[in-house]
Amino acid sequence: MGKIRTPYLLLLPGFLFLFTFFILPIVNLAQTSTQTPIAGGDTGQYEQTLRFANYLDAFLENREQFGRSFLYALIATVLALMISYPLAYAIAFKSGKYKNFLLVLVVAPFFTSFLLRTVAWKQILGEEGFVVPTLRTIGIISESTTLTSTAFAVVMGMTYNFLPFMTLPLYASIDRIDPRTLEASGDLYANAFTTFRKVTLPLSMPGVVAGTLLTFIPAAGDYVNAAILGSPNTKMIGNVIESRYFKIVDYPTAAALSFTLMAAILILVTLYIRKAGTEELV
Amino acid sequence: MAKKAPLSPEARSIINARVSRRAVLAGIGGVSAAGALAACGSSGDSGAGGDLVRWGNWPLYLDFDEDAKTYPTLDKFTESTGIDVKYFEDYNDNDEFFGKVQAQLKLNEDIGYDLVCPTDWMAARWIRLGYAQKFDAANIPNKTNILDTLASPSYDPSRESTLTWQGIMGGFGWNTEKNPKGVRTLDDLFAPANKGKIVVLSELRDTIGIILLAQGADPATVTEDQYMNAVDFMAGKISDGWIRGVKGNEYAEDLTSGDATAVIGWSGDMFILASENEGKFDFAIPESGGTISGDNMMIPSTASAEAKASAEKLINWYYDPAIAAEVAAYVNYVTPVKGAQAEMEKIDPDLAKSEYIFPTEATMKNLSVFRSLTPAEETAWTEAFQKAAGN
Repeated sequence: MGKIRTPYLLLLPGFLFLFTFFILPIVNLAQTSTQTPIAGGDTGQYEQTLRFANYLDAFLENREQFGRSFLYALIATVLALMISYPLAYAIAFKSGKYKNFLLVLVVAPFFTSFLLRTVAWKQILGEEGFVVPTLRTIGIISESTTLTSTAFAVVMGMTYNFLPFMTLPLYASIDRIDPRTLEASGDLYANAFTTFRKVTLPLSMPGVVAGTLLTFIPAAGDYVNAAILGSPNTKMIGNVIESRYFKIVDYPTAAALSFTLMAAILILVTLYIRKAGTEELV
Repeated sequence: MAKKAPLSPEARSIINARVSRRAVLAGIGGVSAAGALAACGSSGDSGAGGDLVRWGNWPLYLDFDEDAKTYPTLDKFTESTGIDVKYFEDYNDNDEFFGKVQAQLKLNEDIGYDLVCPTDWMAARWIRLGYAQKFDAANIPNKTNILDTLASPSYDPSRESTLTWQGIMGGFGWNTEKNPKGVRTLDDLFAPANKGKIVVLSELRDTIGIILLAQGADPATVTEDQYMNAVDFMAGKISDGWIRGVKGNEYAEDLTSGDATAVIGWSGDMFILASENEGKFDFAIPESGGTISGDNMMIPSTASAEAKASAEKLINWYYDPAIAAEVAAYVNYVTPVKGAQAEMEKIDPDLAKSEYIFPTEATMKNLSVFRSLTPAEETAWTEAFQKAAGN
């Protein structure tokens, strides 16, 4: 008997944690999402009327921000992949005794607050930072062009902030590749490009999938970058949820939007994993 | 769930307009630290007795002695009355604070505070819901010292349950190099030189209030049509690329970084910017009129009779002109107490001349208070404003 119970007892703390901090809030959120204002009630007073149309209204009203969230997250994920792959590759295969040092450098920004790093970018890209005057002198951007409060700044901020989430899984995958497979490929007269395409890339796919998911999911729900680096024309769905919840005190719409976002991400991720053929990862 | 992952508690406090604009002085680090520390404050107190007042106020909103780590005016109050004050700097946001205590207020259980400091519109909501106690006028003889402009807001016409803690003026702030002639009208604000470099406040009562005044409407009596018209005006300026942001106190950073050259902003922030950057920034009340709002001392319905009496003595204390002047010398917002200016002469004659802290009679006449909104209006109007701001 005891032997049978032990695993369940060991799982208990985890279950309790999940129940308290995931299941309960989710149920609560679900209940809130179908409420409507009490007639004659005060700001923020709602009653349950099972109005599922809240979802449709919320989605239709904020299509633009939904679209923008997924577009920005997609661009940021692709950029992060393009930057991280060579970096992870170099750390795994070419860094020699500096490997640990380089890994620390990748993780180091984590020691500062996410928010402070984003605010720092605002200063760097600001009018009186060094980037804008330099680009103007070279003539890449015109006098009237600014970098902050643009979609460019938002996507760049997201790419930067989620870069370690991409780099680390990629590194873990690439580092595990047996160098002898690369030698074998060379022995079979494959050139460097073919070796990469036929050997390295397929073997590092688990890292690519994990990295892109870890970047895309938080990026799609992010609102800090859009709030700090963006303008009213670059707001993402996270900003809408924040404003609905705290400013308009419209809890039902905020809850419906949260669920819609969750569902959309879930669907996209499922399709992606199917396509990537790596179900065993998840 | 994904949306919550990147947001740390300090993120909340910075993104939030109300917290940080009082805390520009301390910079970002200071804000988050203050917010985080203060948040640990008030647990574990069961109801207060007569000799203790538990006061929840905004961060950096009371004179503080950096060296001794004490609040001088508060200590003097305790010395002269024997009433202890527990001071919590944990009123970080109107909605957040209300959310925190709402359930207890409803059940009439102690919320852990005997004195709170909501902004006008939130004070109006507390009064509407019956969560505020009426003052015993005998305990607050200094009540008559309140400035005339602030003496009868629509939510509490004879100041029976609220008294202003500090007043906040909304007007135009600008970079003097880019706007050598100054910004005094809406046309000055939307001058070609400022295109794409204008930031307006995320507090709709200030931003829309100032636009309304420029359009010849009065925020004190604004109708829905007038309001929506003003919001459309703002939305147009956003989509045409004139306004780059609708923000809380972060507009101050945008001014210093050069990303913004003209703003609709608050007097307190602009006072700090102007004094820290010799002559680079200036602030003025628009010719067509500016806004004034206030944060209010208010006693929650859950405070005991003894604590209420003590809190009233505390309110009376801060309506003494000499004490109000001491607070004003530290906090740079509009002092709501008559006679404080004369007292300030003794502390710092320069500050006594400051238009930011002691607006002249003429300026005061040019300031409007946004009328209280019904709950339905509050939701619909905020929604329209937020949508125009891209949310």
